[in-house]
Amino acid sequence: MLVALGIFFVYPLCSALRTSFYEWDLLTPPRFVGFDNYRAIFSSGELLSSLGTTLLVSSVVVVGSLALGLALALAVHRPGWLAALARSAVFSAYVVSWVSVGLLFLWIFDADAGVVNRTLAALGLGPVKWLTSTRVAPLTVALIVIWKVTGYAMVVFLSGLSSLSPELQEAAALDGAGPFSRLRHVTLPLLRPTAAFVAITSLIASFQLFDVVRLLTQGGPVRSTTVLVYAIYEQLFRDLRVGRASALVVIFFLVLAALTWLKLRAFRAEEPA
Amino acid sequence: MIGERHWQRLALAFALAAALIWLFPYAWMLLTSLKTPQELVKAPTALPAALRFGAYAEVFRAIPVGRYLGLTTVMALSIAALQIAIALPAAYALAKLDFRLRGAAFAFLMSALLIPAELRFVPTFTLFSTLGLVNTLPALVLPFAVSAFGIFLLRQALLSVPDSLLEAARLDGASELHIVYRLLPPILAPSLAAFFLVSFVHHWNDYFWPLVMTVDDRVRTLPLGIALLREQGSGVRWHIVMAGNTLLSLPALALFGFAQKHLLRGLGSGVG
Repeated sequence: MLVALGIFFVYPLCSALRTSFYEWDLLTPPRFVGFDNYRAIFSSGELLSSLGTTLLVSSVVVVGSLALGLALALAVHRPGWLAALARSAVFSAYVVSWVSVGLLFLWIFDADAGVVNRTLAALGLGPVKWLTSTRVAPLTVALIVIWKVTGYAMVVFLSGLSSLSPELQEAAALDGAGPFSRLRHVTLPLLRPTAAFVAITSLIASFQLFDVVRLLTQGGPVRSTTVLVYAIYEQLFRDLRVGRASALVVIFFLVLAALTWLKLRAFRAEEPA
Repeated sequence: MIGERHWQRLALAFALAAALIWLFPYAWMLLTSLKTPQELVKAPTALPAALRFGAYAEVFRAIPVGRYLGLTTVMALSIAALQIAIALPAAYALAKLDFRLRGAAFAFLMSALLIPAELRFVPTFTLFSTLGLVNTLPALVLPFAVSAFGIFLLRQALLSVPDSLLEAARLDGASELHIVYRLLPPILAPSLAAFFLVSFVHHWNDYFWPLVMTVDDRVRTLPLGIALLREQGSGVRWHIVMAGNTLLSLPALALFGFAQKHLLRGLGSGVG
């Protein structure tokens, strides 16, 4: 088992670390260049720009899916067919492939014939350049990701809600607390660890975004949606720069490791509850 | 202050709005797939005049749907089967056997959880291209043979299996191999089902790995093929793309409908 894990997880990382010190186009033999790849990444600003894009998209996704997931969980945490329908509908997006979701919204947000812009036009508004404006495109991508992943946040919040004891709610109600103050002073504070867990999990997930970017914008317009993984992909398959791509992988790993350390802390904070 | 009744109504209105927002794109996909190109050009947002399945026929003409579907299913099944075959003994060793370095092995496993495929593809691609494995089924399956998430999930489930049960089996002369592959699976059935579904759906849907590991039609998977529908041909093609998209999302949605409970258990288990 350890050997297998070693082959599939440790070897690739060590090999990426080694390759990151070489210049290699897969065709001619690799050439040792020391820290040149890292220097090029930092000085060209491409790392900073794709890291910035990743951060922008990720923070919108985390805040959006957290707030929406919590609100939905509170709304559908009750019996009845409507709540059940809403639960299944929202969660189904999490099960459908990124390709499906990407193609679906490419059509819905189509600048000319898409249903969103047509509806806006009927109301005398728009058209909005959902995917072709450098300012709007990252937000459109984030919006679509929120549509896809909020179901997961909702499910985790629902299981958090089920684990709260109903006696606490009843006691607060007996004390004369209305639904809103019960929510604010009893339920939400108890859900804090769950929220921390959801936030950090979706932060890690949104750092790995690739499919939706590749399908919707190919990183554009003008690199405005080039997230980290897409930048690595471009280095390898468009520019055939294996060394530079490997250096990005190493940096990406360090970022993920830091995020995961945060996640483990959130996980531990959740356990005693 | 808002009363209980209003609160209840507000929640249901919100649930209704959410259901509409999440179901609308599927409905739109289905409607678009039933249109003719003429209808699409003239009034892209109007309802189709009649149910026409011409776009589906176009999809089958444009790409070998059956072959992609078969290959994708074989790939996802092989990955899930391999992962379970390896995760069972690994989880058993971690949960039930005493050996030196067990703590270290578990820490190692936990750290492997944080290495996604997106991090491994550059070195794996270069390794496979030297071995001549790029664009083969093994290139799609082997890198996922070990699932750290699966080992973790089964190990957690095994912790609640009493040792006395294993002792009894050993006294009856059962070998360790027998315990791992015969005795444990029925006991772990709920966790195994949950993990199988999560893994199967994830890899069936995967776009990234098949994209970087294949170069032509030989081992292309369905998500790749459907995504290609948009890039090939010219003119108005949204009805064809949406027909393909319907074919791609139906199996996942159907599986979700049948096995919602298992999927939720697998995903809600904290990691992944």
